Amino acid sequence: MAQSPNDQIKIMDLLRIATAGSVDDGKSTLIGRLLYETRSVPKDKLEAIDAASKRRGVDFLDLSLLTDGLIAEREQGITIDVAHVYFSTPQRKYIIADTPGHFEYTRNMVTGASYAAVSIILIDARNGVVEQTARHYYVSAMLRIPTVIVCVNKMDLVGYSQERFNEVIAEFNKIAAQIKPDNQVIHTLPVASLYGDNLITRSAKMPWHTGPTLMTLLETAEAHEPRKYAARLPVQYVIRPRNTDVSLHDYRGYAGRLCSGVLNIGDKIMVLPGERCSTITAIERAGKPVTQATAGDSITVLLADDVDISRGNLLVHPNAAPFTRKELQVRLCWLDQNPIAPGKTYILQHGVNRVRAKVQALHQVIDVAAMQATESPAQLKLNEIGEATLRLSAPIFADDYADNPSNGAFILIDEWSNTTAGVGFVVPAGVSQQPREGALGSGI
Amino acid sequence: MLQTPEVILPDVYAEKMAAEKWHFARELEDEGIFILRETAAQFERPAILFSGGKDSIVVTHLAVRAFAPGKVPFPLLHVDTGHNFPETITFRDHLVKTLGLDLVVRYVQDSIDKGRVREETGKYASRNVLQTVTLLDAIEELKYDACIGGARRDEEKARAKERIFSVRNDFGQWDAQRQRPELFNMLNGRIAPGEHVRVFPISNWTELDVWNYIRQEQLEIPSIYFSHERAVFDRDGMLWADSPHINKMADEIPYNTKVRFRTVGDMTCTAAVLSDATDLLDVIAEIGSAEISERGARIDDKRSEAAMEKRKRDGYF
Repeated sequence: MAQSPNDQIKIMDLLRIATAGSVDDGKSTLIGRLLYETRSVPKDKLEAIDAASKRRGVDFLDLSLLTDGLIAEREQGITIDVAHVYFSTPQRKYIIADTPGHFEYTRNMVTGASYAAVSIILIDARNGVVEQTARHYYVSAMLRIPTVIVCVNKMDLVGYSQERFNEVIAEFNKIAAQIKPDNQVIHTLPVASLYGDNLITRSAKMPWHTGPTLMTLLETAEAHEPRKYAARLPVQYVIRPRNTDVSLHDYRGYAGRLCSGVLNIGDKIMVLPGERCSTITAIERAGKPVTQATAGDSITVLLADDVDISRGNLLVHPNAAPFTRKELQVRLCWLDQNPIAPGKTYILQHGVNRVRAKVQALHQVIDVAAMQATESPAQLKLNEIGEATLRLSAPIFADDYADNPSNGAFILIDEWSNTTAGVGFVVPAGVSQQPREGALGSGI
Repeated sequence: MLQTPEVILPDVYAEKMAAEKWHFARELEDEGIFILRETAAQFERPAILFSGGKDSIVVTHLAVRAFAPGKVPFPLLHVDTGHNFPETITFRDHLVKTLGLDLVVRYVQDSIDKGRVREETGKYASRNVLQTVTLLDAIEELKYDACIGGARRDEEKARAKERIFSVRNDFGQWDAQRQRPELFNMLNGRIAPGEHVRVFPISNWTELDVWNYIRQEQLEIPSIYFSHERAVFDRDGMLWADSPHINKMADEIPYNTKVRFRTVGDMTCTAAVLSDATDLLDVIAEIGSAEISERGARIDDKRSEAAMEKRKRDGYF
């Protein structure tokens, strides 16, 4: 934790968590309990929940009511969209993107998990690994979420049995073994979220579990570290003050959020497209001069030379440029009712840059639950995941998602409905055509 | 009050929750600036919906930082209900002047005079619902395609599910079922003619983040956020500010006491809280230990369990 110039305000580190589970496996209750036990729920909200619990005829505090917000959800008793929940400890601020477990809503899970550093997967101890578990883990692997925490919940309903816990974890490991990215850490733990066992305090009923509690895992999980990758500054906006202030007459600032790496004053940079080079003469963050910017900072850079730069251009270090590609091999997750098919065109948005994209070929659709791939499908439907080749109207400056996740993903926009129809991840050129060892190959 | 099965609250958590309330995640400021720059780049005519409350004040200061040393490339739009706290209007005009911003004001009274809306009557009469019509008329008149607001997801359950770029149809309505997925840092602001987008740059901030940011950046806020002596009366377990805009019942007798406001809306829909907090540190300490949530003092939210979701569907802020 660093100290800000104003020395009493601590600069907190922010951890984004995605939660996923099937209907009724107690996810909302688990989140409710994290909020409750970290004192993040004010008394009036708890009183409202207490009253609502009683109306529903349950004799305990139904903490799931904290997150099940929309009218349709209360009617159906399920969570239907991504909800954001906030809590904090002295260590960290947490943002939970709570995503629904119903199979129709895989799209929401990808959405909620897209920024997450930690994915919490819930499994009902009575049911063990189900189709949804495979789907949730597949998404966590595809997004290369650094830490996955598998909570086997409702241990109270299986007599806190270590044997049952081990069985469930063995089933889970069978799935994970096929697709786990190299640098992903997976933790497993038994919990009873209704009673709080192993969430913040260690469970007296499961002395056989000697590992850390959920809260300890969260407090120590690694946040995303995009600064370790090569510098990528997508230009969002060019600032040219039209004030009467003469000193600003020649001011030309390139504003954007540094998506990875580090930039310093004096760095040589290259502009893509065009490969013109210049030197950084000043960096400003939130209107104040700084000497260095790290990934995540929203900055404005000034350059030594008058280079023609516009929105969508990318500033990089000349010796560490990404690929310039007009044809992309991609993994896609489809988010729209209208399926994607070969020959269709979309608007591709990579960071803040937009180009047109045409679907050259669909190579395979992956049955995530069965971990089987079908070659050359006619289309990808809502919630399906597959591989494709896209041809672009102009090159984009992307990295392979595995090499730099912050510069390797894009969305596809339907140009008729304007909706965000799909999300894609750049994979190394040629991978789709190569023969594979297993049905899914390795290294998602 | 609460029957919970076997609640274990370790002392360490209880203590630190009370003591450790000074923190601000810098990332939130970067995210807010990113969103404001995307708004300026993707839309032709954005505007900040300015209420005079602390959240829209923070959004305004983020906009100043996002485009410095240039001018903020969009105006503030204030929908004036005529039932504001006078301190809010004084503050608004001061802020606009010191930051060199453009201000556009539209009046609910004009909508009433034109017959677009009808004044509510009775004990709970307020212009809170009426202002939605004035707002939507202003958006149409001024051709705004993006309206930037200070709503936060931690305020309320329906807001917890709203996107950062939230598309409204040509009736200004929000459709919770048909929201666009938002992935990574990619914001999709493409809309059809007649539609507009509501933009929420501080979606991921909590109430404490806002206060800590105000403190860190030493931002000015309206005086009613701090403890002051005011005539109030009791209604429904809350303290209402005495004003000519409220239909008081015969047994509702105003008395003077020390209060402050935790949110700033109309005088008819914002309840006061008893407070001795005279500076930011006191306010932050008070929120840290407060037992009532922020919108718990909003009379407009108490109309029904799903009050906010219903108003959002109708085009509310």
